[in-house]
Amino acid sequence: MNITLEIWRQKNARSKGKFVTYKLDGVSEEMSFLEMLDYFNKTIVEKGGEPVAFEYDCREGICGCCGLHINGYAHGGAHETTTCELRMTKFKDGDKITIEPWRSRAFPVIKDLIVDRSAFDKILRAGGFITANAGAAPDANAIPIRKVDADEAFDSAVCVGCGACVAACKNSSAMLFVSAKISQFAFLPQGRVEAVQRVQKMVARMDELGFGNCTNTGACEARCPKGIKLTNIARMNREFIGAKLGSQIVRH
Amino acid sequence: MIKLDAKIPEGPLAEKWSRHKRSVKLVNPANKAKLDIILVGTGLTGSAAASSLGELGYNVKAFCFQDSPRRAHSVAAQGGINAAKNYRNDGDSVYRLFYDIIKGGDFRAREANVYRAAEVSNQTIDQLVANGVPFAREYSGYLDNRSFGGVQVSRTFYAKGQTGQQCLLGAYSGLNRQITAGKVTMYPRRDMLDIVIIDGKARGIITRNLVTGEIERHSGHAVVLATGGYGTIYYLSTLALGSNVSAAWAAHKKGALFANPSFIQIHPTSLPQLNDYQCKLTLMSESLRNDGRIWVPKIKGDKRQPNDIPEEDRDYYLERRYPAFGNLVPRDVASRAAKERCDAGFGVGKTGLSVYLDFKDAIKKQGKKAIENKYGNLFEMYHKISGDNPYEVPMRIYPAGHYTMGGLWVDYNLMTTVEGLYAIGEANFSDHGANRLGAGSLMQCSGEGYFILPITIGDYLAGQIKTPRISTDHPEFEVAEKAARDKIKKLMAVNGKQTPTTFHRRLGKIMWDYCGMVRNEEGLKKAAVLVKELEEEFWKDVKVVDTELELNQELEKAGRVADFFGIAKLMIQDALSRKESCGAHFREESQTPDGEAKRIDSEYAYVAAWEYAGDDKPQILHREDLKFENVELKERSYK
Ligand SMILES: Cc1cc2nc3c(=O)[nH]c(=O)nc-3n(C[C@H](O)[C@H](O)[C@H](O)COP(=O)(O)OP(=O)(O)OC[C@H]3O[C@@H](n4cnc5c(N)ncnc54)[C@H](O)[C@@H]3O)c2cc1C
Ligand code: FES
Repeated sequence: MNITLEIWRQKNARSKGKFVTYKLDGVSEEMSFLEMLDYFNKTIVEKGGEPVAFEYDCREGICGCCGLHINGYAHGGAHETTTCELRMTKFKDGDKITIEPWRSRAFPVIKDLIVDRSAFDKILRAGGFITANAGAAPDANAIPIRKVDADEAFDSAVCVGCGACVAACKNSSAMLFVSAKISQFAFLPQGRVEAVQRVQKMVARMDELGFGNCTNTGACEARCPKGIKLTNIARMNREFIGAKLGSQIVRH
Repeated sequence: MIKLDAKIPEGPLAEKWSRHKRSVKLVNPANKAKLDIILVGTGLTGSAAASSLGELGYNVKAFCFQDSPRRAHSVAAQGGINAAKNYRNDGDSVYRLFYDIIKGGDFRAREANVYRAAEVSNQTIDQLVANGVPFAREYSGYLDNRSFGGVQVSRTFYAKGQTGQQCLLGAYSGLNRQITAGKVTMYPRRDMLDIVIIDGKARGIITRNLVTGEIERHSGHAVVLATGGYGTIYYLSTLALGSNVSAAWAAHKKGALFANPSFIQIHPTSLPQLNDYQCKLTLMSESLRNDGRIWVPKIKGDKRQPNDIPEEDRDYYLERRYPAFGNLVPRDVASRAAKERCDAGFGVGKTGLSVYLDFKDAIKKQGKKAIENKYGNLFEMYHKISGDNPYEVPMRIYPAGHYTMGGLWVDYNLMTTVEGLYAIGEANFSDHGANRLGAGSLMQCSGEGYFILPITIGDYLAGQIKTPRISTDHPEFEVAEKAARDKIKKLMAVNGKQTPTTFHRRLGKIMWDYCGMVRNEEGLKKAAVLVKELEEEFWKDVKVVDTELELNQELEKAGRVADFFGIAKLMIQDALSRKESCGAHFREESQTPDGEAKRIDSEYAYVAAWEYAGDDKPQILHREDLKFENVELKERSYK
């Protein structure tokens, strides 16, 4: 099939970007979306041009590298699908496809379609861990964990850190991302020990890094390729309020 | 003259590691803070190592090419991680795990290393659970286990089909804690281009900042490589697209011997190649073979839909050929059996290059819900890519390049033949012989990272406490930086017509055809010529866009492909020199009358460690003879 691509081109973080329109012939519906972009880049390079930069690694929906805004939707809008899992069968001959990077002040553009998501790492560094030095751990079966809790923890832990939640949110809120990590540890006895400090530190860091507030539009959940639930945000809020009250009690 | 010394500690097998731990030199806490360690690669291995080394008090500078350690290829591991906990009371033990790995590796691994890997596996599971890794549990609240190919006990811990992701995120959280504590400095989006050696010791690295294009120097008292495997040599593989050999290759060129380079595992259950645009072969976890049955039609070229083919017309060829292990034979055996059926004309799908993996019976017996619980995300992944619903029609699968047992040669301390240069995780050769058993890599990677390297590296660093912080103004840094810059200039100067990926794809095809699942002398010799020709063409016709001081993905790819040519030539040389079949290395000239691999222990019970002798020269073979004092070398039979 033949398609038209409207792609955001931006030389580097300092320069101003703009949309550029390209015609692309010979696209096969057997391609994945990113294989289509590979093919597009090959045609550009062979003509001596500069290929479009976009990020990827695993190409199977697990590393969280890829993430494009396609026709106005993070990851193209298909249910629980990362950009690399998107197939060209979703498009047809003559389609025009608009491709942009994630748009958020917390994720500045590095080049073309690649953004800097290091703010996510920074939030996790503030408290997204359990302090357990190597060698100090008790037997893995010493603390039984109810299957329902382990499963809930897992469901929150599957976040791939792609940033679609932030990109989809009109406020650029990172609440879904942060609450997923808070929830994972909230369900595990090992995680409870540091829960009070964790939630406060991570939320404070999130606010510092320029992410916006949550106004409960649910866009994040709808666009999350891993099905992370909004209920995580409610849980984080409870943990946060509990922590604030708890820490006041301690102070008084 | 290099002399290989594996430095295996004295004493009975089961006591070697504890004795060694007692005898290694220690560095006192105050001195640790004066020692810098360069750690390249922050996958499961590197992240685990960074967290342990940081906890101990060393200064760690850690590097990865992705934007965050969380994205390393370890994230893609699906099926599970082994440990000898014997929670199932099914007769498992450290010794049995050790024996299974040695046997699964077709007796081409070092006993002492393997035993140690089995020994620390239990501690690793404890550690990961303490770090909040949500492994699967039973209703009792205790950890669940499943069985994996090539063994008869259930010792595999798992987190649905995302075990690697969960283990990596666990290790990464420990790494993050050390970054916050100021003990680890993280340098993401860096490609390591070269190793700097001063007076025979590894003292630093040269990197390219992938965002700004700057070439940087970093120094340390020791350098650790945890840069993963190079299964991407086949272009199409189950690995992430960025996985590469470049860091290991740079070390090799600087004097680190490369061991068993041609031992590459071809995984039996990946999605088949469907078209020529495809850039990767997505793995379908081996755990699926616990419940899925593999078959092809009994009638050649049978065009019926799989569900229309009655039982009597199906050939469950693994169950037929290997009644004892059935669908759970090790990977090398399962892969070759699939190739055999397809080559004989019984393959299915448009290309005839795939076989069925069928869950009909399992769903009937256990119910859809139970199967969904175990493999839900894998089924979904398959559905998305192929368009077929595996709850209703059998999956179609085919073998794909997957894991490199070969890698940098290391001694018992995980040090390469370059003093102060270590290799851990998939990047080294140490534990899996000629074939890796499922769920063994995550076990090895985390064990080496958390518990082994942090101890053995102390033995070396104890002798370095008088060495002040290494200056990056040393002339050796100058030389290495210039070489790195020259290589970039050379790549850009070619200004040809074909993209680096085009060359990678072509190289991969040659390697797959002649140095893949089945090898023979004639094919390997042919491949040697083809690779050399392709490499010459590469240096005349590759096109690299000229934006040196900026993010330039084509340059990154070109640098990697240039190094793939090197390892390809070495793989071929290694495969040619080993005229036996063992594990993943199947030489057609060496097989039993019924087509099974025939090992020749009298001649080949050694590790082939290759010394670099120049780009266009054959490399020099050093042998580390393997001594088996605790197991009897047996023909590996799964019948
Ligand atoms: C699809 C798939 C499924 C698997 N499933 C399982 C399983 O179920 N169980 C199991 O035990 N094993 C499994 N394996 C194998 C296992 O996942 C890997 O062997 C293991 O994760 C490797 O870990 P690593 O830390 O050594 O390397 P990686 O995780 O690959 O990390 C490599 C690191 O090195 C960095 N790096 C590489 N090159 C450079 C460079 N030149 N410069 C700078 N940095 C560099 C990368 O950025 C990264 O941080 C699977 C493998 C695949 C492909
Ligand atoms: S490339 Fe890894 S999630 Fe898309």
